[in-house]
Amino acid sequence: MAILEVRNLSKSFDKLTVLKDISFNVEKGEVVAVIGPSGSGKSTMLRCVNQLEKASGGTIKVCGIDMIRYSEKGKMIYADSKTLREIRLKTGLVFQNFNLFPHMTVLRNITEAPAVVLKQNRHLAEEKAMELLAKMGLETKAQSYPSELSGGQQQRVSIARALALEPEMLFFDEPTSALDPELTGEILKVIKQLAADGMTMVIVTHEMSFARDVADKVIFMEGGYIVEENTPEEIFGTNASDRVKQFLQRFNS
Amino acid sequence: MTGEQISTLFGLMLEYTVPTMKIFGYTLLYSIPLGMIVALLKMCRFKPVSWITNVYILIMRGTPLLLQLIVAQYSVPYIVKSDICPEFLRNLLGGVDIRSESYTFNMMLIAFVLNYAAYFAEIFRGGIESIPKGQYEAAGVLGFSKIQTFFRIILPQVVERVLPASSNEIITLVKDTSLASAIPYMEIMYIAKKQVPTYASLMPLFMAGLFYFVFAGVLTLLLSLIEKCFSHTWRRNVKNIAKGIFRRGNT
Repeated sequence: MAILEVRNLSKSFDKLTVLKDISFNVEKGEVVAVIGPSGSGKSTMLRCVNQLEKASGGTIKVCGIDMIRYSEKGKMIYADSKTLREIRLKTGLVFQNFNLFPHMTVLRNITEAPAVVLKQNRHLAEEKAMELLAKMGLETKAQSYPSELSGGQQQRVSIARALALEPEMLFFDEPTSALDPELTGEILKVIKQLAADGMTMVIVTHEMSFARDVADKVIFMEGGYIVEENTPEEIFGTNASDRVKQFLQRFNS
Repeated sequence: MTGEQISTLFGLMLEYTVPTMKIFGYTLLYSIPLGMIVALLKMCRFKPVSWITNVYILIMRGTPLLLQLIVAQYSVPYIVKSDICPEFLRNLLGGVDIRSESYTFNMMLIAFVLNYAAYFAEIFRGGIESIPKGQYEAAGVLGFSKIQTFFRIILPQVVERVLPASSNEIITLVKDTSLASAIPYMEIMYIAKKQVPTYASLMPLFMAGLFYFVFAGVLTLLLSLIEKCFSHTWRRNVKNIAKGIFRRGNT
């Protein structure tokens, strides 16, 4: 069963159409990499799927729950705030620029949502957060504030924060674009580990070699369309369409 | 002036610091929450509300506080007499005794509160708008409700950001209370001015000045301490030091 179903998704800002007709599925345990030139709508697609932007058309179904559906009369129906919250607890989103809460310690950043939203016992939430931090190699940073950490460390904290809600799938919006190449490595290592643990993930990325190594499926987007959707072997192999080859060439040279 | 005269004068002046502090305290007590509400109204997406709020802020910041204080004192009798005054308002204000002391004080307080609320509103609005959109988005995808997001994620950051500007405003208020002397309301400035010819000396004015200086100085220290308490790293460090002392005490 597909854990994420996107059908005919479109999005316009005033007169500018950013997404035209996007349909794809993500199966449980699958790692999907979304690549494509800047301005192709990758991030907007991800933001629509998380309802940070309201889609203009199409349907989205997450973990069997309708996020956007059509009524019999053909009117778009968005999930109400309670359902949306339910969906958001089943998914996690890691931002390009981390968006950690600067007034909270690392530990508090991770435990706040489980304690407040899921009403977990704070002590238990902290124990679990420490486990997650250990997994990220950050157990010594629990009492630090985000401003005292490097970008790579902050991004690992934000991954731990998303994982603390035990989501069924994780979205990554260019998780390494704000980091220098050296720090990029630590994040990619964490994501690879998550993939090995069987986490379902959709990753918008510019790291082509990473997409090739980790993804089960690669989606190539351009101009608001999915141009090609295939296994990494096909996309990065000799059978790819000319447009994909042309795009990838710039990364190889 | 003899020593005895100075001490009598000092005792008299000290008595009148109480009304000054009353103006100061009540103005803060009401203008800060009101400022918060005005800030939210100004950011209201329903445009007419935001416009009306804007006009209010423009008037309050664009005209002298002294003028506002005097208008407030004179307003009630003129409102009651005017032809356009609605009946219920006339009934409401008709019973007000404009010669009573509480009337003078209340009308003065209304002017102070409305004026300072406008300034605080602009500070708070700036603080709220300076929080990056990403903070709301991060809270949203973590499942926080709108109210939880505002009180747990946004407001603590806003407080930290608006404290320096608010401190400035609070210290200005200490000195602005002296405008009440023009109404006239008997506070320290009023009494100081009145005592100058009696003693044929600048001493009363000097004492009033000293009072404002000390009051503002104490507040400055207090506010900078509060600012520090809200800087998160400082709070963590103090906690660690306290823990260290506690541990040493145990062993």
